[in-house]
Amino acid sequence: MSVDLEHYLIVGAILFALGMYVALAKRNFVSVLMGIELMFNAVNLTFVSFSRFVESDSPLDGHVFVIFVITVAAAEAAVALGLAVLLYRVHGTISVDEMDALKG
Amino acid sequence: MEDTGTVLAFWLLTIVTIGSALGVAFVRNLIHAVVFLVVSFMGVAGLYITLSADFVAVAQILIYAGAISVLMVFAIVLTPQDERKNAEGFLRLPALALAMLVAATLIFVAVDNGWAIADRPGFEETASLIGESLLDKYVLPFEIASVLLLVAMLGAIVLVRPEGAEDDE
Amino acid sequence: MPVLSRAEVFLDAWYDLRDIGNAVGELQQQIIDWGAPDWVPYVVASLIGVVSILLWTILSVLAFIWIERRVVGLMQNRIGPNRVGAAGLLQPVADALKLLFKEAITTTNADRWLFWIAPIAIFIPTIVVFAVIPFGEEMLLADLNVGVLFLIAIASINTMAVFMAGWSSNNKYALLGSMRTIAMLISYEIIQVLALLGAVLFVGSMQLTAIVQWQLDYDVWLIALQPVAVVAYIISGAVEMNRSPMDIAEAESEIVAGYHTEYGGIKFGFFYQAEYLAGFAITAVIVTLYMGGYTLFGLEQWIPGWLIFLGKLYTTFFIFIWFRGTLPRLRIDQLMAFAWKFLLPIVLVNVVLVGGEMLLWQEADLSSQVAIPLFVAVNLAYAVAAVAGWAVMLGHAAPERTAHRAILTREVGSIHFGEAAPNV
Repeated sequence: MSVDLEHYLIVGAILFALGMYVALAKRNFVSVLMGIELMFNAVNLTFVSFSRFVESDSPLDGHVFVIFVITVAAAEAAVALGLAVLLYRVHGTISVDEMDALKG
Repeated sequence: MEDTGTVLAFWLLTIVTIGSALGVAFVRNLIHAVVFLVVSFMGVAGLYITLSADFVAVAQILIYAGAISVLMVFAIVLTPQDERKNAEGFLRLPALALAMLVAATLIFVAVDNGWAIADRPGFEETASLIGESLLDKYVLPFEIASVLLLVAMLGAIVLVRPEGAEDDE
Repeated sequence: MPVLSRAEVFLDAWYDLRDIGNAVGELQQQIIDWGAPDWVPYVVASLIGVVSILLWTILSVLAFIWIERRVVGLMQNRIGPNRVGAAGLLQPVADALKLLFKEAITTTNADRWLFWIAPIAIFIPTIVVFAVIPFGEEMLLADLNVGVLFLIAIASINTMAVFMAGWSSNNKYALLGSMRTIAMLISYEIIQVLALLGAVLFVGSMQLTAIVQWQLDYDVWLIALQPVAVVAYIISGAVEMNRSPMDIAEAESEIVAGYHTEYGGIKFGFFYQAEYLAGFAITAVIVTLYMGGYTLFGLEQWIPGWLIFLGKLYTTFFIFIWFRGTLPRLRIDQLMAFAWKFLLPIVLVNVVLVGGEMLLWQEADLSSQVAIPLFVAVNLAYAVAAVAGWAVMLGHAAPERTAHRAILTREVGSIHFGEAAPNV
C-alpha cells in the first residue's frame, strides 16, 4: 500500500469539483467566496504534489507558486469581503440571485 | 511513499479534508460551514506535511485558518440574517453536473497520464530554499505581491468606510 | 580499552539518567532490539512525550493557581487563599473539584455544536505549542524546521476558537467581547511575528534547537541582543493571554466575562486552564528563544536541562504575575493605538536594523568577540532611542507633573490641598 502522485491529484480534483459546486450553486455571496477558497486550496495541493513527485530542475518552484497563490487569495478575500459589506449596504441583500442589474 | 505512517496519515487527512469540504457544501448553517472550511484548511495543511512541504503547510495554517477565516466570519456577522441558511440558488443542478464533469475529467487526466516521477526522497528543509528563490529568481513577483497586498488593504478600507467620512482625508 | 575512572563512569550513568530524553532513547533502542516493527519505538516515544507534557502542564497550572493568588495578594497587601488546607495549598484542588462538579449549562438558544466544541478548540492550540519546545537536550516532541513559524501559526488558530465561543453563546455581550478579543489578537499577532523575526535573523534558522544551540555556542542570550523584541513580545504575549493589564475583553466590571460569559462548570475550566497554558506557552517561547532555553552557559552538563528550563520558565512567569498585580487595565482603543502606532514601527525598524547588523557581520568578517558586544550596545541604544524618541514624536512624552485643580472645585471656590487660598 503506497501513496503516489495520482492519489494526491485525485484528492485535488475532488476538492476542486466541490469548490466549483459551492461557488456556482450557492446563493449567499460569502458562500461563493468559500467555494473559491476551496478551489484555491485544491490547486495549491496539486502544485505541491507535483513539486514533490515530478522530475524537475528546480523542484521548489511549486512551493513558491503556492506562496504567491496564498498571498493573492488573502488579498482577494479582503477585497471581496469588503465588497460584500458594501453590497449589503447598497442593495439591502447579499443574495447573488438578486444582483441582476446588468441583465437585459 | 510507502511507510505505514505516511499512508495512514494520508488516508485520515483525505477523509477529514473531503468530509469537511462536503460539509461546507451541504450544511444548512453558514457559521457551521465556515467552521468546516477551517477544518478543511487544516486538513490540506496536513496533506502538505505528508508531502514534506513544511513551510507551505505552516503558512497555510497561519494565513488561511488564522486570518482569512476570521475575515469570512466578520463578513457573515456584518451581513443580513435571512441569508444564513447556506441555501442553493437557481443554478444548483447545472452546477452539480458541471462539477461532476470537471471532477471526472481531472481524475481521468491524472490517472491516465504518464508523469515523469522523480526518484528523490522528501525535501529536507524548504524554508531557506524558498527564501532564496523568492529573492533570486522570483524577486519581481515578490515585489509585485507586496504592492498588491498594500493596494488590497487600502481598497478594502476605502470600500467599507462609513458614509459621511468622505471629508476626513 | 582504557579503564574508566569512577568519575567518568558516574558521569556516563548520570548523563543517561538526568535527561528523560536519553532514557527514552535507551528504551527505543531496547524495543528495536526486541525485534518490533520500525514504527513501534516512534509511537512509544511520542506517547511518553505527550503524556509527560500533559501531566506537567496540569500540575503546573494547579500549582500556579495557588502561587499567583498568593503573590498577587502580597502585592495588594492582603493574604490570599489560606483556608483550604495548610496555608491554602489545597485551593487549586478545591477549584478543580468545584469546576468538575458544577453543572455545565448550555443556554437554550445557543448553537449546541459550536458551544460544545469551542472550549476544546481553545485548549488544543495552547497545548500543541508545547510539542516544539525543547525542554532538554533530547526532550523535544517534534523538531520542526519551521518551529518558530509553527508557534505563530498555532497561536493564530485561537482567533477562530474565540469567535466560536462568543458567537455560539447567543449573547450580545459575549459576541462583543469576542470581537474585541479577536481585534486585539490579530493586531498583536503581527508584532509577535516581527519580534520573533529578529531572533531568527540572528540565528539564521527557525529551528528551536538551532536557536538554543546558537545561544550556547556564542555564549550570549538573545535577550541582550534584542531588548526591543523581548519587550514587544512580552507585551503581545500578555495580550494573547487576555491577561491583566490587557484583559479588557473579559474584565468583570467591563463586559461581564466576555466570550466566556455563558460557560460554566468544566467548560469554563477549559477556558481557565487554556489561559494559564497560554501563559506558560508564551513564557516557554521567551525562555527558549531569548533566554537560552535549557542551557545555562555549560551548567547543563551537571544539572538536568529540564530543571534549568523550568526554573527559568517559572521565574519569567513571575513577570506576568507582577504585571497583573501592579498595572491598571488598558482600554481597548489604547491597546489598539499602542499596537499599531507605537509598537509596530519600532519592531519593524528593529528587523531592518538586525538585517543590517547581520550583513555587517558577514561582509566585514568580524569575529564574534567584536561583533556581539558591538551589537548589544547598538541594539540597547536603539531600544532606548526608539522608545523615547517615538514617544516624543507621537506626543506622549512628558506626563503632566503639575496637578491641576478640578474645574468644579475651582468654580465653587474650595481650597485644594497644598494650594494657597485664592483671592476671591
